[in-house]
Amino acid sequence: MDKFILKYFNAIRISIAITIGVVISFFLIFLISKNPGASLSYLFLSPFLSSIRMENLISAASPIIFCGLAIAIPFQARIFNVGAEGALFIGSVTGVVFAIVTKMPPLIHIPLTLLVAGLAGGIWGLIPGFLKAKWNTSELVVSLMMNYVAYFFGLYIINYYFRDKAAGALVSLKISTSVWIPTLPFFSRTSWTIVIALAFAFLVYFLLYHTTLGYEIRTTGFNQHFAKFGGINVFKIIILAQIIGGFIAGVGGMTEMMGIHHRFNWQISPGYGWDGVVVAIIGRNHPILIIFASLFLAYLRIGGQYLNLMSDVPYEMVSVIQSVIILLITAEAFLVQWKERITVKEAERKEISHGTTS
Amino acid sequence: MGPLLDSILSPEFGFAIFRVMTPILFPAIGVAISSLAGSINIAMEGTMLISAFTGVMVSYFTKNLYLALLAGLLAGVIMGFLLGYFHLKLKADIILAAIALNMFASGSTIFMLFLIAKDKGTSISLRSLVFPKVHLPLIKEIPIIGEIISGHNILTYVAILSIIFVYFLIYKTPLGLRIRAVGQNPDAAESVGVDVKRIKLYSLLISGFFGALGGLYLSMGYVSWFGRDMTAGRGFIAVAASNLGGHLPLGVFISSIFFGLINATAIYLAPLRVPSEFTQLIPYVTTIIALTLYSIRVSRKKKTSKSEV
Amino acid sequence: MVPILEAKNIVKVYPNGVVANKSISISVEENTIHAIVGENGSGKTTLMKVIFGIEKPQEGDVFYHGKKVQVKNPHDAIALGIGMVHQHFMLAPDLTVAENLVLGHEPLINRFVLDTRKSQQITQEISEKYKLPVPINQKIKDLPLGIKQRVEILKALLRNAELLILDEPTSVLTPQETEVLFQTLKELKKYGKTIIFISHKLKEIKEIADKVTVMRDGRIIDTRNVEELSEHDISFLMVGRDISFERIPASETIGEPLLKVSNISFTNEENMPVLKNVSFEINAGEILGLAGIEGNGQNELVEILTGLRKMEKGEVFKKQEDLKNLSPRQLREKNICYIPADRMKNGVAETTTLEENFIVDRYYKPPFSRGFRLDWKYIEKYSKELINKFQILAHSSKTPVNSLSGGNIQKVVVARELSANPTIIIADQPTRGIDVGSEELVHNLLKDARDKGSAVFLISANLDEIIKLSSKIIVIYQGEIVARFDKVDGIRDVDLGHYMLGLKRGEA
Repeated sequence: MDKFILKYFNAIRISIAITIGVVISFFLIFLISKNPGASLSYLFLSPFLSSIRMENLISAASPIIFCGLAIAIPFQARIFNVGAEGALFIGSVTGVVFAIVTKMPPLIHIPLTLLVAGLAGGIWGLIPGFLKAKWNTSELVVSLMMNYVAYFFGLYIINYYFRDKAAGALVSLKISTSVWIPTLPFFSRTSWTIVIALAFAFLVYFLLYHTTLGYEIRTTGFNQHFAKFGGINVFKIIILAQIIGGFIAGVGGMTEMMGIHHRFNWQISPGYGWDGVVVAIIGRNHPILIIFASLFLAYLRIGGQYLNLMSDVPYEMVSVIQSVIILLITAEAFLVQWKERITVKEAERKEISHGTTS
Repeated sequence: MGPLLDSILSPEFGFAIFRVMTPILFPAIGVAISSLAGSINIAMEGTMLISAFTGVMVSYFTKNLYLALLAGLLAGVIMGFLLGYFHLKLKADIILAAIALNMFASGSTIFMLFLIAKDKGTSISLRSLVFPKVHLPLIKEIPIIGEIISGHNILTYVAILSIIFVYFLIYKTPLGLRIRAVGQNPDAAESVGVDVKRIKLYSLLISGFFGALGGLYLSMGYVSWFGRDMTAGRGFIAVAASNLGGHLPLGVFISSIFFGLINATAIYLAPLRVPSEFTQLIPYVTTIIALTLYSIRVSRKKKTSKSEV
Repeated sequence: MVPILEAKNIVKVYPNGVVANKSISISVEENTIHAIVGENGSGKTTLMKVIFGIEKPQEGDVFYHGKKVQVKNPHDAIALGIGMVHQHFMLAPDLTVAENLVLGHEPLINRFVLDTRKSQQITQEISEKYKLPVPINQKIKDLPLGIKQRVEILKALLRNAELLILDEPTSVLTPQETEVLFQTLKELKKYGKTIIFISHKLKEIKEIADKVTVMRDGRIIDTRNVEELSEHDISFLMVGRDISFERIPASETIGEPLLKVSNISFTNEENMPVLKNVSFEINAGEILGLAGIEGNGQNELVEILTGLRKMEKGEVFKKQEDLKNLSPRQLREKNICYIPADRMKNGVAETTTLEENFIVDRYYKPPFSRGFRLDWKYIEKYSKELINKFQILAHSSKTPVNSLSGGNIQKVVVARELSANPTIIIADQPTRGIDVGSEELVHNLLKDARDKGSAVFLISANLDEIIKLSSKIIVIYQGEIVARFDKVDGIRDVDLGHYMLGLKRGEA
């Protein structure tokens, strides 16, 4: 038993954190809802109750996966770039503009548009990356400010140059069908976006753990001095990690436009970048774990939407739960005493028994 | 440029600088104190939100300004405590824990706002008290200067007085000495029996206190209601302001005035047929530029050898 | 007579499972200088941390003046009258001497306001009382090491310490500064103080201590009066075998000059000239020792030679190849390797596996990777070979480095660096803070490399090490090479010390 706990300690810790988050949501619902039973079932069961909702869940998970990956790569290099939100936003704006002004057959148009969106996101990663690498400017503050810049600048571009005046809301012109990401076979509304997201997750996994670049990124994160001393070009890695992150976020944002909205329609920043931070923390920056964390978060989100719609409990309860969960997960010492007690017990048993004083 | 120049040269513009500086100066002081102790508080954004919300709600329910102030301050200090607890006791990375707390603040204030006001945007439907404006005797009579300096919200004056208070705290009190010692070499402080974690916690509590003042000013001075995410990045601009000011009282004051100036300019540009998206960009772009220039200077100081002569 | 301090059956297990103290009992008599010796990892520092309240033991009791005491933190220890001078000074660099001294129990004007004048007065008084002069209003960062240490001692005395623990106090001092420290300690003994002196320099123990306790592998081997034991006896107790103190004879085959450094100058951030026209040559098959007190430009010199810092003036050549301002990667490509002084900072990434630590300078080359893809199978096999060859005690190649002891971590660094087939080896404090066994292994490896025709540049604060290994010695003082010895036979550490302190200058 002890050995099992030691081996799977991290998984157990994360599960307990999630459980506590869920228990708190029970508690909150019982506190505020007039019909707690129904509210609970909206939150936790409704996402499974129809195939459409399941599909919604999967669709909701894809941008979160993208942003989780976008955050995880700089985080692995211990760079606190939280600019996925801005990269996602500016990537989508640029991608939509590109899609509107160009005409191509789908087979070229789709990948090229994604590439353009990714490059715009990459530039959003390059700026804090370069400032950090060159002058050690706080990437956290800069990337945060860049989120606001992306938002206002993006809206300016859309509202002043590509606005669909026929539409009632502030949205862009429609993008041509040649850049629509088609629906998956056998699904009614889930597009290929989820497949692209999963492919990215596996690519990032391969990148981080099986390539020289991934080794450089992780080593920079473990100990920057050591990396520098060993000959790794830390300057380059700090910038590159953030460019790649921004690229993935940009692609992720654009897939939303190409798969679902078919035009730019975000009037407020969608918050996927922050979801990315959440799932990167829950998944401990591991791409494969990020997939599961994103599905979990999407599940809470879909449940939260039904809860909001059908009951007297607002959607933001999900934000409360998720922040409690990540707070507990970042707390390195949360449950560690328990682990240490077991470790010490094991070591004492081994050492003292064959220890004789000479 | 004509109309802009006219309005910038008007006393109202000078007045506006102080008005918009206040919600940056308070959290910047908070960030500075926590940084001096070596545990930077970037949960200011969340702290301000929670306090802004608490103040408005308590004011609505009790109709008592003092209780609202007290509750708002308490909420801010609790945020500081939570960050301290998770960072110092549970060994969370202070940046990640702060990110989580900011999310918590954003989500929970909207959550509560909906429960109480049945609105997810603002609390305009709930009447909140505001902190009074103060007209300085004598000074208000002075032309121009009086118009700029007098008539501000009382919290603006509190913010400026806080600079003196913090100077005194840091350089003249044992707590200040210990805060500096802990920030410079925690082991040294530990070795003479100073409880490092406790000092760091105190610094986070104090920083929460100042963050709270910033939040209260926003919702009960700057305007008279709470709006979702109404801090709009000021908590982070405060981090930049604290850095720019070298975490020292006077420096923080000057850099906050600078950010006040930029924000006021942005506001004055708004009616001048400049796209609003552009004017809203200005504070954020300026923060990036200012922070970059500052870090260039710091890294020059570190690296160059003779260019300084 | 009741001993001033007694510890009984102390058991300390660290959270990572390392058992540092395995039921230790020790007693220290009042008004003695009691030395504790042992290899690194033998548990002596841990024992002191337990006594001083920094670490909590799982089992065991501490008695002070015969009374059982609970020391939960340094505060408790200080209250009892125990003071500790740590190996790394516990001083806040931007505060003044006086501020550092009163920190923790500051004199006040009223409940809230500091009394600065009183602080200065207190500092003055204690410094005069024990005849240890210090510049009261200077910031710590502007003081030399010996003075910083003095401030540390005063700090303990100000808190009425009657038992002083000094953790390897001489490791950063020159022989001359050490002499001054020993005078101070003897003086303090006259004032009735008790001193626990941790060291692994046997000569010093013979000189200063009354009693000596030898520790090995988390246990106490013996406690004796110093006069009963010779240096040899103590070292035998420490490692359970004889170790040689003889000089390693210079290699017979000296080749052509490999590393040629001429006229390197460097001015630092504060506009201080840190290196002034430093020149030297190292031939193939030679070890050149650089002696000097720390902080006389060695760090900057090493950083320049390893590509971590750009130089302003001067030239570096490997044979005909210009090495000036190349990147660390480019230098490594030219078969130059580097054993860093601070192994935890530069030498390893402690939270990751041995495998990932072994490949940091070669992951991009076949067979470690092909194209951009890492070959983990090969890396594992290769790592296991290094672990065996360099006798690294580790469960597997996937063990995280921070679960190893200090000596084994150093072996990880040395294994990586020397397995790169270097022709030039820059060894900066290669054996600092490691046990005698590992030290000997490292020394032998450096000697082997030398015999195979490598040029070795040895930077060390440990003069015994310099004298033992070097074929030639240069001495650095305030950024200048102040002495050169082309023959090492017959040189004593005091001779070098005079140059290191700037008391003498040779033809440089």
